[in-house]
Amino acid sequence: MINTIYILWLRQLKRYFRSTPRIVGSLGQPLLFLLALGFGLGPVFQKAGEGNYLEFLAPGIIGMSIIFTAIFSGIEVIWDKEFGFLKETLVAPVSRLSIMLGRTLGGATVAIFQGLIVFIISLLIGFHFQSLLLLPLAFVYMAFIAILFTSIGTAIASVLEDMQGFQLIINFLVMPLFFLSGALFPLENSPKPLMVLASLDPLSYGIDGLRGTLIGLTYYGLLPDFLILSAITILILALGSYLFSKIQI
Amino acid sequence: MEKKIIEVSNLTKKFADLIAVDNISFSVKKGEIFAFLGPNGAGKTTTIKMLTTLLNPTAGEAKINGFEVLTQKNQVRESFGIVFQDPSLDDELTAYENMSFHGILYKVPANLRKTRIEELLHFVGLWDRKDSLVKTFSGGMKRRLEIARGLLHRPAVLFLDEPTLGLDPQTRNHLWQYILDLNKKDKLTVFLTTHYMEEAALVANRIAIIDHGKIVAQGTLSELLSQTKTHSLEEAFLTVTGKEIREEEANPKDLLRMRRRMHR
Ligand SMILES: Nc1ncnc2c1ncn2[C@@H]1O[C@H](COP(=O)(O)OP(=O)(O)O)[C@@H](O)[C@H]1O
Ligand SMILES: [Mg+2]
Repeated sequence: MINTIYILWLRQLKRYFRSTPRIVGSLGQPLLFLLALGFGLGPVFQKAGEGNYLEFLAPGIIGMSIIFTAIFSGIEVIWDKEFGFLKETLVAPVSRLSIMLGRTLGGATVAIFQGLIVFIISLLIGFHFQSLLLLPLAFVYMAFIAILFTSIGTAIASVLEDMQGFQLIINFLVMPLFFLSGALFPLENSPKPLMVLASLDPLSYGIDGLRGTLIGLTYYGLLPDFLILSAITILILALGSYLFSKIQI
Repeated sequence: MEKKIIEVSNLTKKFADLIAVDNISFSVKKGEIFAFLGPNGAGKTTTIKMLTTLLNPTAGEAKINGFEVLTQKNQVRESFGIVFQDPSLDDELTAYENMSFHGILYKVPANLRKTRIEELLHFVGLWDRKDSLVKTFSGGMKRRLEIARGLLHRPAVLFLDEPTLGLDPQTRNHLWQYILDLNKKDKLTVFLTTHYMEEAALVANRIAIIDHGKIVAQGTLSELLSQTKTHSLEEAFLTVTGKEIREEEANPKDLLRMRRRMHR
């Protein structure tokens, strides 16, 4: 079981670190958001009395890079369906659960790594985190976002036949999840419907936890964030494992 | 009495209203090379998928190495090696890494894994390319690597689904040489599917002709010839199915696969 999880985890990592274009390419978007929004909207944010926008924005963008990488890692199951490698793992005498867990942890590790790079970039352009003590806790929230969204990707990929639905998922799932999560704007002052939608978006709690640990600003509170994220992550992980175990090819 | 490695009775698979495999029965003894000969869409791959636990049968029974495919999946999975119709290697890993991945998945102990991988990669002539990424390999090299990988955990039976599809005649002959060698040396049981007559006639001890999901004839080559009172497998095939196998019959999906394989 452990060996299976390990080897599938390792495979995800090897694939990721061998594709430098993918790493570099996926840094473009977060960098653009940090620079254009961080510096572009900064003065307006400041004038509205909300403080430094870059400080507010950076945790959101770290979260963004994690969720994109994570969903993409999960979706790789479809890729492996199309290119056949999934069959090699499915005929092996190992439990479907360990295959799913290995893939998910591998994908999540990659996503956390991507989030760390964005975190470092943010520091380089002027972001300050408040406490060294809370930093490990920030990594916990990063891990939550990574595992949760890799499992969502895997769950979706388990039921999809081919890559055709991919664009649909990005446009109608990932984008809304990101924009509604309060990654870009404070939830307190937003209209009621938006606040309701945000509270239904699991990413909101991830971003909120990240912001709470990094700059000491939280909307839901660190403990609620933690509890809600744990519950959803376990739920989705179970759902993803179930759907994955039902794959017939 | 010789041990039966594959035992299939009344196996059936339905996809919606299509009966892809229709109530087939056959068995394969230890050390035999058994061929499923049939045109595209006959149900060959679907049969292999049921025997290898990838698809659940709609009805009927199948045992591999004495284990039930529906209820003893793990034991069944330990009993076979497979080379799928479509490639199933990780292109972004090296040949050695693909082998090693397989060995760990099948719990082959580390020292044994090392010696077997080396031995098998030598056997299929890929040892000097062991550290190359698989995406740089030709179609023939990939097939050979897949065969080596399928043998790494010493399976009781090797499934080969159209193993020579899309390969040039020379590579094809090489491949058969490997298979025949293994069959002689280790008494390896082989189940293969093909739509090449000469391939079935040349390498198989016994042949089952499958058409529209049904086995329409089975036996050794000479049995098939005497059953149909014909002088060649082509004629026998024509007699039992009422048609010749031709490449043009390939459906678009299979053609795409073939092309994809040739260019990868
Ligand atoms: N997953 C599936 N869903 C629906 N029909 C399928 C599926 N897989 C195979 N078929 C159909 O079942 C029949 C047998 O296919 P297959 O076993 O692949 O044939 P062969 O391998 O002999 O070429 C074909 O008509 C094919 O289109
Ligand atoms: Mg086929």
